[in-house]
Amino acid sequence: MSKIHVTTSINGEPAEFLAEAHESLLDVLRNNLNLTGSKEGCGSGDCGACSVLLDGRLVCSCLMLAAEAGGHEITTIEGIADGDKLHPIQTAFLENAALQCGFCTPGFIVATKALLDKNPDPSETEIRYWLAGNLCRCTGYDKIVRAVVDAAAEMRGS
Amino acid sequence: MPSLTYVAPTTVSDAVKILAAASGPTRVMSGGTDLLVQLRSGRTKPDLIVDTKKIPGIIGITQNADGGFTIGAATSGALLGEHAALKAAYPGIVEAAQLIGSTQVQGRASLAGNLCNASPAADSVPAMIAAGTTVTIAGPAGTRTAAVETIVVAPGRTSLAKGEMVTAFHLPPVKGKTGDAYLRFIPRTEMDIAVVGCGVSVTLDAAGTITAAKISMGAVAPTQVQVDPSCIIGSKLDDAALARLDAAAQAVCNPIDDKRGTIEFRTKVAGVLARRTAAIAVARAGGR
Repeated sequence: MSKIHVTTSINGEPAEFLAEAHESLLDVLRNNLNLTGSKEGCGSGDCGACSVLLDGRLVCSCLMLAAEAGGHEITTIEGIADGDKLHPIQTAFLENAALQCGFCTPGFIVATKALLDKNPDPSETEIRYWLAGNLCRCTGYDKIVRAVVDAAAEMRGS
Repeated sequence: MPSLTYVAPTTVSDAVKILAAASGPTRVMSGGTDLLVQLRSGRTKPDLIVDTKKIPGIIGITQNADGGFTIGAATSGALLGEHAALKAAYPGIVEAAQLIGSTQVQGRASLAGNLCNASPAADSVPAMIAAGTTVTIAGPAGTRTAAVETIVVAPGRTSLAKGEMVTAFHLPPVKGKTGDAYLRFIPRTEMDIAVVGCGVSVTLDAAGTITAAKISMGAVAPTQVQVDPSCIIGSKLDDAALARLDAAAQAVCNPIDDKRGTIEFRTKVAGVLARRTAAIAVARAGGR
């Protein structure tokens, strides 16, 4: 079986890769492209640890074939910071201690980015519903919600 | 892993040719949020996946000159929720589609996928049935139109023939005082599969009397089922009409017993949800 040649853009840079038909975008990000920030939690779209942006839209990279990415722009957790300068969402997660083991954190940060790009001033209810597809087994979510509120305020102010 | 081929044709006629010529197990892909889970678990073992999303028009919402809507088969729930005119005209369909999965799933999961995955618990399907949705189906013999309730024939099975695929959904123009609604019961507030779902559309006359209605239940039988609307037509959805609706909704139930709910529970909840959903639809239609 010949591999599929996929041309795409990842974190603002043109990218090309070869994928087997059955491989998910997450498989290729992690195994072929060495972008291991996106995590595999469940592999079935329930946990959100593999969240990426596809043309700015939040999706689970485990629920997409790599071949589907052709012609689209992908943003992963590796593309959120500006070089060595953390994104305000990342800073807010650190300052609020919104992580313990950290496995879910890339997914939460990417999902938060998608939320705040769409709605710069979400209510706590909106935050909680938006993030319902991101599971965290450590924090109890409260600190994550505080971090999102703080990040939103910081981003509105700057 | 046996060899799997992925193709993404750019026209409906190419897609139909590929589907018609396929000799092995084949799956049509739109958002892929059910398909990838099934691939991974081994529940489906296709040797060919035909991705429809490169076909122009397969994603998108058009309001037609008559006020109705045409929705491309692979249009995601997120796009439905961002379309102000569709949301105003058919809030029930939009809220049903937006109950499917997480924000992430919303970004991909489509109406055609929700329909053709043929789950009894598919949230968008009772809402689409209630609203009188039709689908365009392309196939080797050309295109045909069918009512959405004729597509699902059993859990995981559709009435689509070999080589056929859904290309679009059509919603009629909203006439007069008409409103729709969808409610589902799940044991929490988000991220779950319907234990019972209910879609209702009603049309009222100037005095607020129901002149037409369509009521569809999900997750209470092997396929979506309809409740005979004569139990509320001619009423203003007073207490007597609500009691008749409750009984009629329970009467169409033929549910399974599983970890989500017992037969008895699902049946009782069907009556309650039918009453609540109808009340919202009537309020949206301008009844009260």
